[in-house]
Amino acid sequence: MFMFEKAVTGSRRYWLWIGALAIVIGLGLACYLRQLQVGLMITGLSRDVTWGLYIAQFTFLVGVAASAVMVVLPYYLHDCKAFGPLTILGEFLAIAAVIMCMLFIFVDMGQPARVLNVMLYPTPHSMMFWDMVSLSGYLVLNATIARVTLRAEREGVKPPHWIKPVILLSIPWAVSIHTVTAFLYSGLPGRSLWLTAILAPRFLASAFASGPSLLILLCLLLRRISRFSVGREAIQKLSIIVTYAMVISVFFVLMEFFTAFYSRIPEHTESLRYMFFGLDGHTGLAPWMWVSMILAAASLVLLIVPRYRHNEKFLVVACGMVFLSLWIDKGIGLIVAAFVPSPLGAVTDYTPSLPEALIVLAIWAIGALILTVLYKIALSVREEPLRSAAPPVQVEVHA
Amino acid sequence: MTISRQAFLRLTGLAYLGAVARKAIGAITGPRWAMAVDVAKCRTQQNCTKCIVACHEAHNVPSIPDRRHEVRWVWREPFEHAFPGQVDEYSSLRGAPAMLLCNHCENPPCVQVCPTQATWKREDGIVAMDWHRCIGCRYCMAACPYGSRSFNWMDPQPYVHNPNPEFPMRTKGVVEKCTFCSERLSVGRPPACVEACPEKALVFGNLADPHSPLRQLLAARQHVRRRPELGTGPDVFYLT
Amino acid sequence: MRDRGLIYSALALFLGLVTFPAWHNLSAHVTGKGPEVRLPVNAKQCVAPVEYMRTSHMNLLIDWRETVVRTGRRDFTAAGGKHYNMSLTPTCLEQCHGARKDFCDRCHDYAAVSPPCWNCHQDAKAVLRSAK
Repeated sequence: MFMFEKAVTGSRRYWLWIGALAIVIGLGLACYLRQLQVGLMITGLSRDVTWGLYIAQFTFLVGVAASAVMVVLPYYLHDCKAFGPLTILGEFLAIAAVIMCMLFIFVDMGQPARVLNVMLYPTPHSMMFWDMVSLSGYLVLNATIARVTLRAEREGVKPPHWIKPVILLSIPWAVSIHTVTAFLYSGLPGRSLWLTAILAPRFLASAFASGPSLLILLCLLLRRISRFSVGREAIQKLSIIVTYAMVISVFFVLMEFFTAFYSRIPEHTESLRYMFFGLDGHTGLAPWMWVSMILAAASLVLLIVPRYRHNEKFLVVACGMVFLSLWIDKGIGLIVAAFVPSPLGAVTDYTPSLPEALIVLAIWAIGALILTVLYKIALSVREEPLRSAAPPVQVEVHA
Repeated sequence: MTISRQAFLRLTGLAYLGAVARKAIGAITGPRWAMAVDVAKCRTQQNCTKCIVACHEAHNVPSIPDRRHEVRWVWREPFEHAFPGQVDEYSSLRGAPAMLLCNHCENPPCVQVCPTQATWKREDGIVAMDWHRCIGCRYCMAACPYGSRSFNWMDPQPYVHNPNPEFPMRTKGVVEKCTFCSERLSVGRPPACVEACPEKALVFGNLADPHSPLRQLLAARQHVRRRPELGTGPDVFYLT
Repeated sequence: MRDRGLIYSALALFLGLVTFPAWHNLSAHVTGKGPEVRLPVNAKQCVAPVEYMRTSHMNLLIDWRETVVRTGRRDFTAAGGKHYNMSLTPTCLEQCHGARKDFCDRCHDYAAVSPPCWNCHQDAKAVLRSAK
């Protein structure tokens, strides 16, 4: 196993956290077994709104996975030294996120026992086939890179030369996973909300805001609960990435509004109207979308003004707002609203059922568990004395 | 024992060869099935559901009361819902019943997106379904711009009140839709809905044959198709 | 040797678990005898030799399934030249074997397999009964 022994020793607090996650996972598993037995009727999905929270979480998390590129690219292509200690955290975050993506697809399937049919009957004209290829490839790439670089770090030696091209390949690959995910949606003739050429750019922009903001939060959390500390410079550089990505993301959303509402083509305005104002008296989604918009605007104020961004207290709040705002936008709104109105003009509300929400929560808990274990391994390697006499690589320790 | 197994395999091989040959010939001379719905005739029977009942009984389509989990192969919808943007407020077609089913598109988006080829376009134009292969991802339902596909959110069998033993049921977790009655066409019978219509408002025929009654009807009468601007090429025509 | 009690009880538990299938079958009066199926009365010959069907009927059925669903061809010519409509309920069950519980289920239960075929393909007899 991959330095797994480091994950089975820990403080009382560590085991309490693991135990709490296990309980959430157990609850979700029970709900999933029920879903397996009676079918997807236990969810809030319906004939008209056929995809919901499961697929929306998948979409959001592909973005989180892809965002690892935002620390890998500056470090390996621009020699941005500050990101040295961060790359492994970014890669581990990507691994956890990709596994969550796969689980969300899996729980959404009506016939999960037939999942291998996707490989038994490979279908290049289906974007779902390419999504499977790109996601599993990305998982293998990140697992390989993280394993090889962390092992080299533990031994106090330089990583082998062959890993460099693998790392370089992971950069366009990260972009490809989210592009292909956008293509899942943007190529469908009847869904006007998705039928837009900027869906892929929009996905990438929101991914490069939500992923790095989560990474900042994780780094600051690690500083509190462990002796491992990412330098202030790295956090500040990441926050600039979040700022630009968030500005671009909001800009793209405004573009969608202009095109739809200035052209006044009914098909293009209806889903947006349903999202923000409601259709035929169905306004369930509107409060969520407005919260998302307000959070986005507030986070931009905190991020753009240097005084606030440099203050880590404000930065935490801003990153939390970015993450939540984009989670609402991508992890709820964008997927659900494309199904309203239906091709026959029906407006059907979608409210996730309790078992559905518990299954979603359990997959997030599985992600948190994977991330905890992987970060525990990474931190243990960094905290233990080096086996050789070489100086530690890129680790700053703050008081 | 080995010999009879070999003989069996040989026969199966021959059957496959035959199928391939038939397919090759069929590509040149085979039919392309399509349907025309005579809206004026259909309209004379405002509350008629004979085509729907006939189809659903023939194919063990469940009658699920909860609209969210409904399964339907053929159904009725006001004209303006079926043809959004094509029926203005002064049109006499407003409120006319439109009999809806799978359009068996020439360029079906559902076929394009299906990751396992569980739905595919046959040589004769039918968009077929393989319920053994469907993984239940519902991508085809997101792709279909006509709402013609239904998912089995639960085991449908308790809701099939008058089962037809000649046709299989479906299991939970697969998508289904109208198949143009390929099982009836294979024995030379017209689709169940066409046979059931008392007004003879449904005309089923071969688009590839210029002399077919369907082609002559389409040449003589004005007709519309649902959302032609999407380029899907529906093979169900509505005579107006 | 303070652990002697613990060791022996754990050992006993282990032995009990390992030999559980034997105990279970003894108590359920399972014998070594194979399943008894009710043979069709109105047909003497199956679509393929009995030995082949016994070991490989699932392969034949999958073959039928793929041919009917994917190519639309329904006709099957047996080795003896007889033609069959490739269909589980109307041909296998209704024409020859009758209710599935007297034939298919006997072996499947014995072998503890539950093929998913029956999720959709109906038991001819049961269906006809409920239709009346």
